[in-house]
Amino acid sequence: MKLIMDTANHIAGEAAKAARAEVVAAYPITPQTTVVEYIQKLISNGEFDADFICVESEHSAMAATIGASATGVRTFTATSSHGLLYMHEMLHWAALARLPIVMVNINRTIGPGWNIWADHQDSMAQRDTGWLQFHCGSNQEVFDTVIQSYKIAEAEEIQLPIMVNFDAFILSHTSMPVSIPDQPVIDKFLPKRKPVWKLDSSDPLTHGNIIPPDPYLEIRKSMQESQDKARDLIRTTAEEWKKLTGFWHGGTVEEYRAEDADLVVLAMGTLGSEAKVAVDRLRKERIKAGVFRIRSFRPFPIDEIKKLSEETKLVVVDKALSFGGEGVLYSEVKSALYGRKNEIFGWIAGLGGKDVSWQDLVQMVKAVKDGKAKPVNWQKGGKGAITGFI
Amino acid sequence: MREIFTTISRPVKGATEKTGQWRTFKPLLDKKKCTRCLRCWILCPDGAIQRNEDESVEINLEYCKGCGICANECPVKAIRMVREE
Repeated sequence: MKLIMDTANHIAGEAAKAARAEVVAAYPITPQTTVVEYIQKLISNGEFDADFICVESEHSAMAATIGASATGVRTFTATSSHGLLYMHEMLHWAALARLPIVMVNINRTIGPGWNIWADHQDSMAQRDTGWLQFHCGSNQEVFDTVIQSYKIAEAEEIQLPIMVNFDAFILSHTSMPVSIPDQPVIDKFLPKRKPVWKLDSSDPLTHGNIIPPDPYLEIRKSMQESQDKARDLIRTTAEEWKKLTGFWHGGTVEEYRAEDADLVVLAMGTLGSEAKVAVDRLRKERIKAGVFRIRSFRPFPIDEIKKLSEETKLVVVDKALSFGGEGVLYSEVKSALYGRKNEIFGWIAGLGGKDVSWQDLVQMVKAVKDGKAKPVNWQKGGKGAITGFI
Repeated sequence: MREIFTTISRPVKGATEKTGQWRTFKPLLDKKKCTRCLRCWILCPDGAIQRNEDESVEINLEYCKGCGICANECPVKAIRMVREE
């Protein structure tokens, strides 16, 4: 085990190397750029044995990754924000082709107005592509989740791509200590990929032929079954990793002081980590609060959320919004608890990188506790010289 | 049991059934006019024209969709298209 101090972007590159990805195709975009630079440096220095494909766009980055993955090799790519949106069509393609690609997405908001700070609008807009979607709360979790993701994606019964998300700048450009297990430990945990199908001229086949409605419905159903099976596999894979390395960030959910909690905060990414600080403060004031940090947004941890008592009040903090609907996570949580008595409150907060501190989260929980919260609430923003009413 | 269900196809004859059923016009080959130049065999987009050992050709009507490319390209007009009954 080697302890290093580095940014989540560099750690993501280290994880791709440790996972022995064989092909990387990527296009740089702020704040993901240093992932691409770091991987290219590792490859040029001969430290990382992979082919790097330079492409002219994110759409091409995903297309090249799909092509490489279809030949049976392990692939990696990384993107962010508008880049992720630009590859949207290819995201559907990758999932329908059942290719176990692992991609890092650095969560950054969408413009205009132009803004490079963190929120979850980019990845939430990819909700229905068929990708598994994980959200990380620390640099160590970024490393561990990338390695675990290959194991989950490549499992015979899953065969779906995985997007590993982490927040722009809060993690991407922030150095933290990270322990990197020895390569033989990683190799034992993650053996070479065994593709269930591959393009091979000695055994010709094609994927994605014309398909009539009846079997089309069945291939979609098969993807849903794989997503459903992934819930258990995400947990057992995390448990196996814990046995090998000692690191544990939760299964589909990271629970924190939630067992006896009257109020549970549900959030994703670093907001979930911040909520743990808030809960420690609330506990000092004898307010029984806890955290459910959603690690796996897809598959959604319906089973874990249903384990909460019907008396528990839920405080769902969203960093993304479905316009004309409501907070994305808020909708998902309500749907998971359909028919149950839980009171569920939602906050739209942190859009465009607006800071959500533990003090803010403490106020949200107290508002729910004191009966002052509405079902849907907004963090207060501001105006400025660069905005105006028309 | 297979774990996942997806769109994989291997090269087999007629993966999308007997495509000759799609046809509106049928090619008729006049073997006396045919010079065995094999232009139709090269250009048939469906591989529905079979090449015999003596370089003569035959049209497989189970898979010919009736596009008419062979009739259009034949330099000696040995193939003509007639409406299916």
